[in-house]
Amino acid sequence: MSPDRKPQERVGVYVCHCGSNIAGVVDVADVGEWAGKELEPHGVVVARDYKFMCSSLGQELIAKDIKEQGLTRVVVAACSPHLHEPTFRTACSRAGLNPYLFEMANIREQDSWVTTDKLEATKKAKALIAAAVGRVVHQQPLESLFVPVDPNVLVVGGGVTGIQAALEIANSGRHVYLVEREPSIGGHMAQFDKTFPTLDCSACILTPKMFDAGNHKNITMLTWSEVEKVEGHIGNFTVTIRKRARYIDESLCTGCGVCWEKCPKKVVDQVFEAGLGFRKAVYTPFPQAVPKYPVIDRENCTYFQKGTCKACETYCPAGAIKFDQQDEHLTAKVGNIILATGYDLFDSRKITNYGYGRLANVFSSLEFERMTNAAGPTMGRVVLRDGVTQPKSVAVIHCVGSRDKNYHNYCSAVCCMQSLKSAHLIKEKTGGDVYQFYIDMRTPAKTYDEFYQRIIREGVNMVRGKVAEITDTALEPGEEGKLVVQVEDTLIGRQRRIPVDMVVLSAGLEARHDAKEVAQRFGISCSADEWFIERHPKLDPVATMTDGVFVAGACQGPKDIPSSVAQGAAAAARVLSIIGQGQIEIEAATAIVDEVSCVGCKQCVPSCPYRAIEYLAVEGRAHVVEALCKGCGTCVGTCLSKSISLKHFTDDQIVAEVVGAMRVMKSFETTAVA
Amino acid sequence: MSEPKIIGFLCNWCSYRGADAAGMARMKYPPNVKIIRVPCSGRISPELVLRSLREGADGVMVLGCHIGDCHYATGNHRTAKRMPVLKKLLEYAGIDPERLHINWVSAAEGERFATVMKDFTEKISALPPFVETMR
Repeated sequence: MSPDRKPQERVGVYVCHCGSNIAGVVDVADVGEWAGKELEPHGVVVARDYKFMCSSLGQELIAKDIKEQGLTRVVVAACSPHLHEPTFRTACSRAGLNPYLFEMANIREQDSWVTTDKLEATKKAKALIAAAVGRVVHQQPLESLFVPVDPNVLVVGGGVTGIQAALEIANSGRHVYLVEREPSIGGHMAQFDKTFPTLDCSACILTPKMFDAGNHKNITMLTWSEVEKVEGHIGNFTVTIRKRARYIDESLCTGCGVCWEKCPKKVVDQVFEAGLGFRKAVYTPFPQAVPKYPVIDRENCTYFQKGTCKACETYCPAGAIKFDQQDEHLTAKVGNIILATGYDLFDSRKITNYGYGRLANVFSSLEFERMTNAAGPTMGRVVLRDGVTQPKSVAVIHCVGSRDKNYHNYCSAVCCMQSLKSAHLIKEKTGGDVYQFYIDMRTPAKTYDEFYQRIIREGVNMVRGKVAEITDTALEPGEEGKLVVQVEDTLIGRQRRIPVDMVVLSAGLEARHDAKEVAQRFGISCSADEWFIERHPKLDPVATMTDGVFVAGACQGPKDIPSSVAQGAAAAARVLSIIGQGQIEIEAATAIVDEVSCVGCKQCVPSCPYRAIEYLAVEGRAHVVEALCKGCGTCVGTCLSKSISLKHFTDDQIVAEVVGAMRVMKSFETTAVA
Repeated sequence: MSEPKIIGFLCNWCSYRGADAAGMARMKYPPNVKIIRVPCSGRISPELVLRSLREGADGVMVLGCHIGDCHYATGNHRTAKRMPVLKKLLEYAGIDPERLHINWVSAAEGERFATVMKDFTEKISALPPFVETMR
């Protein structure tokens, strides 16, 4: 480690005001002047401050200095490198400076935005710049590696988002593996009857897309399947997919439906029918299922559980029932991955005072969707749990599990509109009274608020207030045999008890129960609420921090159908742009072994998460396979003889950064004492 | 008593982004910590911690992804094993092991990051400057 040597380099330092984001707290003029004077012995030859360094004028400033002042290193003190490191690297590159000779000091996210005291913030900026200058003179030019991109794509999740993404890619002539966990693609949208605000039939607009995806020559559809393992990196992933046994020979099955007609075992369908209807032990979730092949539910099949029955096998005209079928493991090579794994519905049982699961006529929003669906268990009739009685009054309760600090703080984004749609359908089908209990009405997209106005005109009662309790205990005449909604009506400032026949709980959306597991499998991160995290909330909404892995639809956060479809298409566009490049630049910062000092202790070999280090027995030393190395540097931290270094994060560079920061912090201490 | 000087080694993918998240949410924490970005907490060899102390740091933090969330799958497993050993060695060498702090902060945990910063700065403030303890 020799970070203290006098640098030969010519460093330019640029302090960004970021409008008032930085300049409002940090004295940028002072910092610039200070850097020019105090960091001169450390190689700084130019130091400037400028309003917006990321603007084209700011970038030109750097380019001009590189050319005219002969700068060999550049430091920009501005926002987080996660935002603009690529911008400035490109700017340097255009001016003929190797992009790895650039360094950023984060004086916005990690200084001006988090520090109240202006003097302290200015000092901190100086220390961070000194650290960056210390480091930059030790940086070495690196050449990026390019890897070819496999044009095949994996799409995980066959809901409307995944279908959209798969079709966009397949239509461009690229091959897609579309993996779906359930027996059919379609996702939540296939369960709905009408979609807001247009009230067009969900199945009518979705099933053609499902059919296209199922029959596309460029789509390999794997339903009843899950991705088990993901290896590799952008351009070159190897994924292992478990195709669960359907116990049906897909090459023989015609989807005629005799098997489920003859199957004697009726099972409550908790998934597609949301517990409201039944299916058989051999089933397709719904008549328009894609693919048309059923699956046998092993846990409920009489043959699998008791050893006798085989009714399906007896009656199948195609001889397609195969009780001895085994799970298969398939591997696929893909260059990019799109995750469109969707959401789970909040379990309303958790809010015990709403009585869901205890009071018969309290329904979840998904149950209601199935109930109003013409193909659903009640053939579209809105009826009480007894299956016959039409309710005369219905309460629709918003924000169940959302905007509630006991469950989820966030707004689930779709429930207001969904509740208004439910109100319309109840009015239309029963003509009864409908009450909406809402906290705030949120209808912010195109033609959404017009829909809200329409529902008001239809005579739906709007009660602003969070429901405290739903009870069947009658306190007054008129409440007997009813469900009573206890609520504080905040518009009239009064407690109300409203008796109704039926309650629909508009449950919020939550991340899939196994979202964390899936995130780990694909190497991406989850937010505190377990939604997948995008690379940038505004400017990079479908990419993730893991190159080649994209997220779309409700797995990234609550979303309605239009936004989900838009994201599915967006992710497809991002993937196609990568495929179109043919090859992709990967990080040049890989590890390298010093052949002379390596003693061949092999400590580094098991430390590597990617098995990128091999031990060369003949030479008696370790060797890093550059193409496999992802540049984490764990081997460097492990090596006992200091024989491995990580390019762009060498000991020299890191120590120089520490030394630079410490020197300035100490200098402030002495001045303070003096 | 002087303000403590703290060096924070943060992994690029979780903790550094967690620090950015604290900034984006405009959470306030003491300015004492100077953050150094590394690809993975597993990159931090014991020498870098010791060198920081030698250069006059009163405290050193090594922050990584939560176990299981590491961008490099298992890089932080090494941190989780290596750093406690280093703490023992610090103690053996007569250095208060509390001066080294290991923690996990995800990219979403801006608030947690700010809390970790406040707590560690407070803890180090209560100790004498490191150089004085070495005299």
